[in-house]
Amino acid sequence: MSQAITEHGVGHAAHHADYLEEPKGLWSWLTTVDHKRIGLMYMWSVMFFFLVGGLFALLIRLELLTPKQTIMTAEMYNRVFTLHGAIMTFLVIIPAIPAALGNFALPLLIGAKDVAFPKLNLTSLYVYWTGAAMAVATLALGGVDTGWTFYTPYSTTTGGGVSLMVLAAFVLGFSSIFTGVNFIATIHKLRAPGMGWFELPLFTWGMYATALIQILATPVLGITLLLLVMERVLGVGIFDAQLGGDPVLFQHFFWFYSHPAVYIMILPAMAVISEVIPTFSKKTIFGYKAIAFSSVAIALLGFMVWAHHMFVAGMSLFAGAIFSFLTFFIAIPSAIKVFNWIATMWRGSITLDAPMLYALSFLLIFTIGGLTGLFLASLSTDVHLHDTYFVVSHFHYVMAGSNLIAFLAGIHYWWPKMYGRMYNQTLAAIGCVLVFVGFNATFLPQFVLGSRGMPRRYYNYLPQFQELHVASTVGSWILAAGLFLILAYLLASFRQKKGSVPANPWGGRTLEWETTSPPTMHNFEGQPVLKHGPYDYRPNPAPVGEDSH
Amino acid sequence: MFIIYLTIFFFFFNGALIIYAVRKWKRRSDKDVTPHITHDTRLELVWSLIPLAVVMLIFFWGFTGYVKAWVAPNDAIEIVVTGKKWVWQFEYPDGSRSLNDLHVPVNRPVKLIMHSEDVIHSFFVPAFRLKRDVIPGRYTELWFTATEPGVQQVFCAEYCGKGHSDMLARIFVDSPEQYEIFLKEGDEQVRKMPLKELGKLVYENKGCATCHSLDGTKGQGPSWKGIWAKTHKGADGTEYTVDANYVRQSILQPQAVVVQGFEPIMPTFQGLLREREILGVIEYIKSLE
Repeated sequence: MSQAITEHGVGHAAHHADYLEEPKGLWSWLTTVDHKRIGLMYMWSVMFFFLVGGLFALLIRLELLTPKQTIMTAEMYNRVFTLHGAIMTFLVIIPAIPAALGNFALPLLIGAKDVAFPKLNLTSLYVYWTGAAMAVATLALGGVDTGWTFYTPYSTTTGGGVSLMVLAAFVLGFSSIFTGVNFIATIHKLRAPGMGWFELPLFTWGMYATALIQILATPVLGITLLLLVMERVLGVGIFDAQLGGDPVLFQHFFWFYSHPAVYIMILPAMAVISEVIPTFSKKTIFGYKAIAFSSVAIALLGFMVWAHHMFVAGMSLFAGAIFSFLTFFIAIPSAIKVFNWIATMWRGSITLDAPMLYALSFLLIFTIGGLTGLFLASLSTDVHLHDTYFVVSHFHYVMAGSNLIAFLAGIHYWWPKMYGRMYNQTLAAIGCVLVFVGFNATFLPQFVLGSRGMPRRYYNYLPQFQELHVASTVGSWILAAGLFLILAYLLASFRQKKGSVPANPWGGRTLEWETTSPPTMHNFEGQPVLKHGPYDYRPNPAPVGEDSH
Repeated sequence: MFIIYLTIFFFFFNGALIIYAVRKWKRRSDKDVTPHITHDTRLELVWSLIPLAVVMLIFFWGFTGYVKAWVAPNDAIEIVVTGKKWVWQFEYPDGSRSLNDLHVPVNRPVKLIMHSEDVIHSFFVPAFRLKRDVIPGRYTELWFTATEPGVQQVFCAEYCGKGHSDMLARIFVDSPEQYEIFLKEGDEQVRKMPLKELGKLVYENKGCATCHSLDGTKGQGPSWKGIWAKTHKGADGTEYTVDANYVRQSILQPQAVVVQGFEPIMPTFQGLLREREILGVIEYIKSLE
C-alpha cells in the first residue's frame, strides 16, 4: 500500500484526480476499497430502498383512507406493512447514517486515509446487497405477513417466505457487524497525530457508541432468527407452545437486539446533529464531554430496557417495574443532548442553511418523539397505549422523523464534499419545510388515534376513527412531495461543474473541510496535522492539548 | 395527563428557545466572533437533575397504578376467555358460553382468565384502559370493575393475521337483574326475535361474517349467497346438497366436509350456539337468494 503511494506521488507531482474520477469504470466502483465510494454506494442503495419502503407506506396510508377495503385485500395489506417495516428497518434506517454517511465522513473527520479494514468494508456492502436481494425475493414466495417483528407462534405457523425474510435479516446483521468492527478499529488506530479522545469530532463518538451496540447486540438477533428458522423448517420446539416452546421467549430475544437497535438508529442521528449545529452557529459545542458520554450512556442503558416492549405480554410485576424504572433513565442523556445543542446555539452566529434547517427540524421532532416515550415508559399508561397508533406514531417520530431527518441533514451537510457541487438553497428550504409539515401532519393525528384506542396493524377500523386517518393520509402526500423535491434538486446539482464549491463551504472546523471537494482517493495531501480542536471558532484557536473542555 | 402537559410544555419551550436563538443571534457578518463557552457544570447539572426528578415522579405514578391493577379481589367473577383466529369466546362460571359478546354485571369485580388456542392475541378495552396479551400455552389475567351500564368495545391488539382487525368483541355492562336473566336465558331480545332475524344477528355477531360473504365474493370460507338447495363439492369431489342437516353439520363439525378450494380453518361452534340460533342460521341462509 505504501509503495503504491510513493509511486503515485512520484508520477504526478501536484494535482491528484479526485476519488470520483480515478480509477474509472463500473468495475472499479464494484471492486473499490475506498471508504468514500463504498459510502456513496451505500447511500444510493439506502435511498433506493427508502423509495421502495416509502411507496409501501403510501399504499398503507391510501388503504386506511376508508374504514373498509379501499385498494387492497387484508392479506395484501398485511404483506405491505410487513415489507414496509422490514425494508425501512433493516435496509434503510440501520445502515442509513453509519454505513452511508459514516463510511464517507468518519475517516475524513479523523484525518485517516481509509477505514482500518477496507476489504471488510467492501464485504459488508456485498453482504448488504445479498440480504437486500433475499428480502426482495420473498415477494416471489408469496410475501411475508408477520409484521417486521416476526412474533411467534404466528411467524412459525403462517405461510409465505418467512424463512427467507428471516434469513435476509440474519445476513443483513452481518453487514452491520462488519461496519461496527471496522469503525471501532478505525477510531482506535487511525486518528490523526495529536488527536486525543477528546479532540475527536462528536460524530465519531456517536459512531463509536453505535458500533458497540452493533457488534454486541446484533449476534443475539442472528441467534434468535436462526432458532426461528430451525423451528419453521426442522420443527424444533423453541417458541411454539404446541411443540413445548415459549412464545414470549421470542419477544425477549427479539427485543434484546431490537431495542438496542433503536439506538443504532438514533445515536448516529444525534452524531450528525452534533456536527451540524456548531458549524452553523460558528460557536464551540456546549458540553463536549456531556454529549460524548451521554452517547455512551445511551448505548449501555439501551441494553437494559428491552422488556419495556412487553409490559402487557405477561411478564411479572417485578420485571415490569425494573424495566420501566431503567427506561426512564434513558430520558436523561437524551435531554442533556437536546439542551446542550440549544446552548451551543446560544450567543452564536447562526446561519439557516439547509443542513441547519434539517438539524432544527430534528430538534423539534426528537423532542416530541422523546417526550411521548415517557407515556410508554410509564407502566399504567403503557397498558392502554401499547400496540395502538400512539406507539406507531412515537416510533415514527424517533426512527423515521429523527433518524431520516438527520440523515437528510447529513446528506445536505456533506453533499458539497461528496460531489464538489451545491444544490439549490431555496428549493432545499422548501423541501425541508414540506418534510417537516408533512411528517407532523401524518403522525400527530396518530397520537390522538392511539390514545382513543385505535389498535395498530388494523386493516378495517371503526368509523369514528376515519377523520384522523384521512388527515394522516393527506399528511403522507405532503411528506412524499417534500422527499421527491429533495431528490429532484439533489440530482439537478449534477448539472453543475464539479469543483464549483470551495473546500469549506460552511466554514466548518473539522478536518474533512481542509481537503479538496471532492477529496482525492487518499483523502488528504500528506498526513493532516491537527492544529486546533474540532469546534474551536476563536480567531486564534488554542493548540491541541492546551484547550481542556 | 401530567405527561401531556409536560410534552406540550417542552415542545414549545424548546421551540421558543430555538426561534429566539435563531433570530437574536443571526449571522450578521463573516467576521462575527462568538464567545468560546465550552461548558457550564452548574447549568448542565440543572438540566440533568430536574428531568431526573420529573421522570422518577412519573415512574412512581405509573408503577402505583400498575400495582393497583395487578391483583384482582377475591370475590371477582371469574370468566374464562379464549382467543382464536378470529373470535373471542367467553365461558361463565355456570358453564354457559358466548362468542364476541361478554356480559358482566355493573359494580362487581370481574376477573378474566385468558389463553389462546393458536397465536398470540391481546385483549384490549380502551374504555377501561386495559390490555393484556392472550398467549397459547399459558394463562394471563385481567380484572376490572365496570362502574357504568352500557356497551364497551373490545379490540384484538396483537397482530394475528388476516382477520386481526375484525377480531372485535363487545362488553355489555348489565344491571344485576339483567345479568341474572342473561345467565339463565340468554339475551331477552334474542328470545323474541323471528328465526331469520336471529340468524342474521348470529351471522354478524358470532364471527361468521369474518369469513363468509353475502354477496358472492370468496372469503376464507364459501359465500352464503344463493347456496341453499345447491350442491357443494367436498375436497375429495363428493357432492353435497346444502340443506338443513348440511348447514347444521358445517356449524358443529366444520371439518367433516371442507368445500373444495378452501382451507380447513373454521372452528367448531359446538356448545357456543343455542339450538334456536342454529335454526336461525339455517333460515337465514335459506333467505339469501
